[in-house]
Amino acid sequence: MSTTVQTIPAAEAPLPKLPADYKPLLLVPALALLALPLIGDFPAWVTLTVAGLAMGMMIFLMASGLTLVFGLMDVLNFGHGAFVAVGAFTATFVLLPMQNWLQVDSVVMNLAALGLAILLAMVVTGCLGWIFERVIIMPVYGQHLKQILITMGGLIVAEQLIHVVWGPDQIPLPLPASFRGAIILGEAAVEKYRLIAVAVGLAVFIAMSLVLNRTKIGLLIRAGVENGEMVEALGYRIRRLFVGVFVAGSALAGLGGVMWGLYKEVLTAAMGSEIMVPVFIVIIIGGLGSVGGCFIGALLVALMANYTGFLVPKVALASNILLMVAILLWRPQGLYPVAKR
Amino acid sequence: MLTRLLSGDFPRSRFLALALLIVFLGLAVAPFALSGARPLNVAATICVFIVLVASYDLLLGYTGIVSFAHTMFYGIGAYGVGLSLYSLGPSWGAILLGLTIALVVSLALALVIGLFSLRVRAIFYAMITLAVASAFAILASQLSDFTGGEDGRTFRLPEMLTPGYTLFEGEIFGTSINGRLLTYYLVFVSAVALFLFLLRVVNSPFGRVLQAIRENDFRAEALGYRTVVYRTIANCLAALLATCAGALMALWLRYTGPQTTLSFTIMMDILLMVVIGGMGTLYGAVVGAALFILAQNYLQELTGQASHALAGVPLLANLFHPDRWLLWLGVLFVLSVYFFPTGIVGKLRKPNP
Repeated sequence: MSTTVQTIPAAEAPLPKLPADYKPLLLVPALALLALPLIGDFPAWVTLTVAGLAMGMMIFLMASGLTLVFGLMDVLNFGHGAFVAVGAFTATFVLLPMQNWLQVDSVVMNLAALGLAILLAMVVTGCLGWIFERVIIMPVYGQHLKQILITMGGLIVAEQLIHVVWGPDQIPLPLPASFRGAIILGEAAVEKYRLIAVAVGLAVFIAMSLVLNRTKIGLLIRAGVENGEMVEALGYRIRRLFVGVFVAGSALAGLGGVMWGLYKEVLTAAMGSEIMVPVFIVIIIGGLGSVGGCFIGALLVALMANYTGFLVPKVALASNILLMVAILLWRPQGLYPVAKR
Repeated sequence: MLTRLLSGDFPRSRFLALALLIVFLGLAVAPFALSGARPLNVAATICVFIVLVASYDLLLGYTGIVSFAHTMFYGIGAYGVGLSLYSLGPSWGAILLGLTIALVVSLALALVIGLFSLRVRAIFYAMITLAVASAFAILASQLSDFTGGEDGRTFRLPEMLTPGYTLFEGEIFGTSINGRLLTYYLVFVSAVALFLFLLRVVNSPFGRVLQAIRENDFRAEALGYRTVVYRTIANCLAALLATCAGALMALWLRYTGPQTTLSFTIMMDILLMVVIGGMGTLYGAVVGAALFILAQNYLQELTGQASHALAGVPLLANLFHPDRWLLWLGVLFVLSVYFFPTGIVGKLRKPNP
């Protein structure tokens, strides 16, 4: 690669880069700082902000796959919530038999059990995603109306199947012993599990950004989002790429489901469809198809929900609608619009 | 006469005509033919849902818009009448006032949502309505001082509609003409009138334009129709009719609460009814609603027997558990989107001449 570039003198000068768009990045700290005087109490603000960031990271995990799938193949999966729920429920296969590992106050054993549960959940949801793509989505490419209907149908069936496999009752899922409780920073109490959620979310975001920006597969995915036909004309099979992204997105939703289930400490079959509303708001705010926008959108939505939940609890969810309207008035295509749409 | 009444839109199939006749006559004589509270309740629910599903079909089947906010408008209607009767006491004026307020609120909301998001693509609209509807549902359960929260509100109807009231002494066909019966016929007649009105709308030139937009919105725009305007009007009309359906439901139940009017489950039920019955034809709403609600009430007993027979097999018994009836309808839904997108009615009906 490098040798061919050097033989052509004109190509030595790097291509002029697009100016980076930093404005949406500033929204997150701006929102946090704006909330500080309104809340007026610094420790409470720290607690709320960390809680918001943790929730945002979990929403990001669930939303990132959805937005990439949409960007790449113009498919919006309304059944994405099913993967979230299935992931969380699958984790019980590991977490409930290994209760004694979880109740020991040892970080290593806790993490081992949790890691195993997450791995299993991701494998199962990944496989499920593959089946879902084959059976449910493949026959309806390019037909939006049918896609919405069919993925909704898939969601109904999946939720009912969860009832069939795991029974109709909700399942309590206690946190591992060493992740319970809070760390006291100054006067602010920060729950340990929230810090873990932030760490996991950040790790996934960084890994995803590296894959998308530094590897060939990432290059193909980004090119596919911009102009799929062109990538196909160059000889790459975008279908295979798409199936890969769909499976990865489903597995991420499974991971998000496990994190979310542990956060709520109780599992219901409807948890997937409940979380879909903020997820949809996030991907609309971020710009359909954009991972960076999705990340910022998730943080904004979660922070907003936490702040308003503290200040005026009755309108917490309506506040996200207002946030969405405000952002769409500023940028009608979302924070980072994807070029072709 | 019949042509005018049905707006020239005949069933065009013997089986369909027969099915529709059975549903109509069944609903018309339900209070006399059936005894007990439950069958009458099923019949009234079918009446209300026929209107609700038909108005949703105006959006989904005729205009090609996927909205998840239909239960919101249904809920506005139910809450409008319910809260007005609750706070003003049982009178006809309260019903009228509640309905008017509900219609105005629905119209305003539908207009705002429509103008804001109908310009963009179908998927966008589906997501935004989903978000708005869930926000509304949470708001309704949060403002508990006003709406009664999760418990909802129970209220009394005007005296004429209460079970204690009798129109005259004596019985007709062994049934006394009490207020409960009058309420049923109020629901029934309103449902029939609203349904015939919808039939008129979809068979008018306006309805033709909606179908053109569904088939190819770009071409409809090129022919000189402002698609945004038509879509918004269709959206408002559907919202208003859903509000009326909600008001009827509140009158029948004498109760309004988030579970019976605003929950996402009802939205899914509506979707299932439209698709299984048949999109793009209002008769589909009749067949779909009747089948679905009968299944909801009586299929459980059937699968219960299957579950009983399979009690020894662990997973299969769960599969046929009475509470899993939605699973089978979900599978039927997915299959019908693939293999017969025009639903039962589309299969029965001969192609449009």
